[in-house]
Amino acid sequence: MSETKTVALFTTCMVDQIMPEVGVATVHLLRRLGYEVAFPEAQTCCGQPFYNSGFQKETANLARRTIEILEPYEAVVLPGGSCTTMIRLEYAHLLADEPDWLRRANELAAKTFELSQFLAREGVELSGDATPSASSGQAATGQPITYHDSCHMCRMLGLKEEPREALTAVGYTITEMAESDRCCGFGGLFSIRMPEVSNAMTADKLRQAEATGAHTIVTADPGCLMQMRGLAEGVEVKHLAVALEEVTR
Amino acid sequence: MTKFREAAFVAIEDVRLQSSLEGATGRFRSARETALAELPDSDEMRDHFKRLRAATLAQLALHLETFAANAVKAGAQVHWAGNAQEASQIVLEIAQAHGVELAAKSKSMATEEIHLNEVLAEAGITPVETDLGEWIIQLAGEPPSHIIAPAIHKTKEQVADLFSQESGKPLSATDIPQLTEEARRMLRQKFLTAGLGISGGNIMVAETGSIVLVTNEGNGRMVTSVPPVHVAVIGIEKIVPDWNGAAVWLSLLARSATGQPMSIYTSVITGPARADDPDGPAEVHIVLLDNGRSQLVNTEYEEALQCIRCGACLNICPVYREAGGHAYGSPYSGPIGAVVSPLLFGLENYPALPQASTLCGACLDVCPARIDLPRMLLALRAEEVKQNLLPWHERKAEETAAAVLARKRVMGLSTKTLRVLQRPFVRENSLRVPERMNPGNGRKLPALAKKSFHQLWKDGEV
Repeated sequence: MSETKTVALFTTCMVDQIMPEVGVATVHLLRRLGYEVAFPEAQTCCGQPFYNSGFQKETANLARRTIEILEPYEAVVLPGGSCTTMIRLEYAHLLADEPDWLRRANELAAKTFELSQFLAREGVELSGDATPSASSGQAATGQPITYHDSCHMCRMLGLKEEPREALTAVGYTITEMAESDRCCGFGGLFSIRMPEVSNAMTADKLRQAEATGAHTIVTADPGCLMQMRGLAEGVEVKHLAVALEEVTR
Repeated sequence: MTKFREAAFVAIEDVRLQSSLEGATGRFRSARETALAELPDSDEMRDHFKRLRAATLAQLALHLETFAANAVKAGAQVHWAGNAQEASQIVLEIAQAHGVELAAKSKSMATEEIHLNEVLAEAGITPVETDLGEWIIQLAGEPPSHIIAPAIHKTKEQVADLFSQESGKPLSATDIPQLTEEARRMLRQKFLTAGLGISGGNIMVAETGSIVLVTNEGNGRMVTSVPPVHVAVIGIEKIVPDWNGAAVWLSLLARSATGQPMSIYTSVITGPARADDPDGPAEVHIVLLDNGRSQLVNTEYEEALQCIRCGACLNICPVYREAGGHAYGSPYSGPIGAVVSPLLFGLENYPALPQASTLCGACLDVCPARIDLPRMLLALRAEEVKQNLLPWHERKAEETAAAVLARKRVMGLSTKTLRVLQRPFVRENSLRVPERMNPGNGRKLPALAKKSFHQLWKDGEV
């Protein structure tokens, strides 16, 4: 890379508060690939939880705020498909009646990417050593993994190949589960409003994932990760950024 | 706890129900995929169908008038029903005018919607469902739990018990041919003695005033041709201008529903029997049911009227697949039910349904008319906030959380406080609270990390 490109990291509030190691892995991975990573410290939440609950006024506040914070950067990368969807697609719906904000929302949308989407777009050459013979010290990395497609990421952003290609490029072998794009049961507040249904969905998801024989489920969304970890017993649930980072050291 | 949540919980605990649901929806899903793959370009056909449905609804009144005029020309009698009560009253009056005691019905969601069976029974007229699935749940005294497979929640053992009771002889669940043979024998009597046949209708074709009826068991043909009078109750949105459009509709309907290229019987009814027809009813009545539909025209919910009731969204829906149809408390269940039930029967009566979704979008993926159900669920949630239908504490919690997240400093302070408060409950990155206080109901809750990413960054640890 001839000149260093600066990307802003939007961690998502869930990564920030609950699983900061995912943010750290994203930063390390991007740096290793030659990017300068900025972290705009005023960032909080993209507003999706409130949007999905119908609190549009509150969401619009958070959306305007997030636009202001992120728009100075050349590119924005998120370790999560759902929040990326919020910024890339939903901000424009939300701010449709405010022409100036709508323009700014669209400009931000065009340069905001989920991690694997960004890597694919940039055409970066990933290489790593997640093969069984690897002496990376990561006990589980040699095992086949299975990939869970998070809903918004695969259906609304159309990102099915990108995360798989990244994982394969660094040496993972993916064993596909049945219905990899079946919802994990999270759905934001749904998981608390209707925990019985939510947990039953997660149990089915885990059953389908475990049937592949893989010991690791990789997913690109912090929400799915948290949900599946809440019920997973014999299987490890790992974020895409962590899975990529730990074998490319 | 909402009614949906309570009923869903019962369904989830019911092992037999779960296995019936999973088996049947799974068979529908794979059959649908195979059947759509047989089309040269099913995606393009769905796009085309979407445009057709939207264009038709944009001139709904015009097409309905054309349909009505042509139906009358063909000898049918057309009735306009503004609401459920009017519609059932019209059918009741037709039945009473002919001194009907027994009415044979073919499967119809519209008659479920207007509670026709109850109205007829109260007036001393016996309605008999002749679609096998509908008959099973009628015998069980239950509402349908799926748009096209009303008894999807029943196992064959339960069906054998119900049929044994009805026929008075012991029938075995292992002998399916005997079960159907027995049903056929019992139902045949009903067709022959019914004074009235009641059906729904899948499509109204405006250019000829015809009704298209799609069934798999042939009972629809018996109902519409053996009794002397036939009444069809149809939602006003089930209309297409011409036969070219009807052909596209039919190409997608059975494929999306059961995965058949066409259903076994596709009947076209254009008026009553002609003088030289060997059989057929002397009178055909068509009841055009509005019941809240026309109010959706020109609103952000108009798209919901494009639905052709194939049930594909139920079969794919991860929530429906756990909760089953009865949890929705409406004849229309699944994602489409979660949208149309509040719209047609009142959001205040179905406040939990817009919430009964993870907004995963699988329904939009499979819809033959590409109806954006997730977007409408979101709009209904926003409507609930506007109408103040959420529980007080939920509203406060959301508003407070949004206010906190809108101020970085306040967020920093709040999360710092929470980090201190959670300390006694944290075990291996999870929050261990007494189970009755766990909103995740047995699911481990995550604890806040020792340091947030913000903190790690500030401390130079990234």
